[in-house]
Amino acid sequence: MLYREAGQFKTDYAADQQLFPIRQDRFAIIALFVIAFVGVPLAALMPGLSGAIDFNYWFNGVLIPFLIFSLAALGLNILTGYAGLLSLGTGAFMAVGAFAAYNFELRVPGMPMLLSFALAGCVAAAVGIVFGLPSLRIRGFYLAVATLAAQFFVVWALTKFSWFSNYSTSGVITAQKIVVFGYAVDTPVERYLLILAIVCVMALAAKNMVRGAVGRAWMAVRDMDVAAEVVGIPIMKTKLLAFAVSSFYCGVAGALYAFAYLGTVEPAGFELDLSFRILFMIIIGGAGSILGSFLGAAFIVLLPIFLDLSANAIERSFGLALPSGLVSNLTLIIFGALIVFFLAVEPLGLARLWQIAKEKLRLWPFPH
Amino acid sequence: MQFFFEVLIGGLLAGVMYSLVALGFVLIYKASGVFNFAQGSMVFFAALTTVGFVSMGAPLWAAAGLALAVMALLALATERVVLRPLVNQPQITLFMATIGLSFFIDGVAQLAWGANVRALDLGIADEPIDWLMDHTGLNISKFDLVASGIAAGLVTLLAVFFNRTRTGRALRAVADDHQAALAVGISLQRIWVIVWMTAGFVALVTGLLWGARNGVQFALTFLALKALPVLILGGFESITGAIVGGLIVGASEKLAEVYIGPHVGGGIESWFPYVLALAFLLVRPEGLFGERRIDRV
Repeated sequence: MLYREAGQFKTDYAADQQLFPIRQDRFAIIALFVIAFVGVPLAALMPGLSGAIDFNYWFNGVLIPFLIFSLAALGLNILTGYAGLLSLGTGAFMAVGAFAAYNFELRVPGMPMLLSFALAGCVAAAVGIVFGLPSLRIRGFYLAVATLAAQFFVVWALTKFSWFSNYSTSGVITAQKIVVFGYAVDTPVERYLLILAIVCVMALAAKNMVRGAVGRAWMAVRDMDVAAEVVGIPIMKTKLLAFAVSSFYCGVAGALYAFAYLGTVEPAGFELDLSFRILFMIIIGGAGSILGSFLGAAFIVLLPIFLDLSANAIERSFGLALPSGLVSNLTLIIFGALIVFFLAVEPLGLARLWQIAKEKLRLWPFPH
Repeated sequence: MQFFFEVLIGGLLAGVMYSLVALGFVLIYKASGVFNFAQGSMVFFAALTTVGFVSMGAPLWAAAGLALAVMALLALATERVVLRPLVNQPQITLFMATIGLSFFIDGVAQLAWGANVRALDLGIADEPIDWLMDHTGLNISKFDLVASGIAAGLVTLLAVFFNRTRTGRALRAVADDHQAALAVGISLQRIWVIVWMTAGFVALVTGLLWGARNGVQFALTFLALKALPVLILGGFESITGAIVGGLIVGASEKLAEVYIGPHVGGGIESWFPYVLALAFLLVRPEGLFGERRIDRV
């Protein structure tokens, strides 16, 4: 009853096409923004609470990785979920972003941080276009394996050519301090706010893109590219644009991953594992859904933490010390089993569950 | 020139080993359309299980037999728990499920048998063949030759199985058209179990050969990554493709490492096969022996 669009009349096309056409959605989004931008930082600054909860851990260990992975998942979702081009090279594009931002900061004096993030995204987009070229000829799993070429080549090149890492051993880079408009972004709260702002802007941009002509072209290509071509959608432009936009998102995510999350990264940190994790996020969250990218990222970031915590709790309550190998293997088993379970129960991901919940909410608490 | 041949033959023999891994992929893809990322983990699991039974005192043949039984059980469980609930899902969903499956198998394997590197002795010496060394000066390992012999035998066996037996014909029917196969009374579930069992058997043979060569260790799971360029080169649906692709990848990878590697800093083995396969795909998008797709609106 509370969540109903009945009575919300649209009188012009602009109103009909807005990002969140249902009023309750708009309130929810605004509330979410207020909580994320104001509520969370204020809570962290409150002296009483910060004694009870370890906010540094929450920011560094949970919220910051969640936001960064959401951004990367968003990028992959544009490519795989919307344009239907399966990619296993996400880690490589993130690596390109991270190393490009590092080099812009290092080699261009007085480079504004945000500009170098954006340029890093552009460099990643260029690399994405190059490795996206095969998608014009091949598709499906053949394409997925072809993107692996990007994955291995980029990591190899970043390790081998030490110019990229300013001649450090084994390609390890230490990201520069983040300075935005002369203001040093240092504490976890500040970094959180910076990432949050970037992610919000880019997520809204993505949502805007996928409802417009570009997004519709992507979806048409995804659903059947021959048919899309017949109705006059330029296949080459559409596919390469998907690669470029997706890699841009992944590149910015990679730059943030290096600058605002880890601080010190090496090419080996962007291995295939990372690509798979991000692919899991969009599959579990829901391919072809902006919200799904966030839900999936939350799930994949939180699950290992949760498993770890429960292992600790079991150890403490039974007073036994589990061997570390056992715990990590059990985590692996549970992770694998959960993925299969999720796919079997809801192949369309968490976003679909949310959709079902919304349909139920329309009537709730009445039966009809 | 002699050095060139030595590298070439070494590469071809290594390629045979890649083909074995690729073969496991092809079997499952052909019959069920599942791109089974867990094949590498199955190789690891099979080898580790064999070594585990050997270390418990079983003779090698009995341990291998027991491992085969375990792989058969795994196939049954996979069909029941992973494939059956995911019938009719898009291929990418099934692919993701097999990645989940590979995590699961990795975890179970290490939980059951420990994560240490273990040696596996098949009783075949890994030393150069004297006769060849004396007459031509080529340094070729006896082990490699035996391994390719086994691979050839395995492929022949599979070819006979696919072409000459009732079950093999049913397998090919399912690969051709699921619905038509169901309509003539072929049990899809039974076929899937058989296919996964066969893939498990191939994984066991692969695991034993690779394990004897490099030790049974977690790195065996990365074999899947070695097999992927072989697959796209040869085509996902073709056993011949897996063999030819493996040979091409093995030979070109070793030659590239020796002749191009030094100029760009070495270590190009990790990506060269992929780039090669990519170049191939630009000419033939369905691989060398893959089925040509016809697009219809």
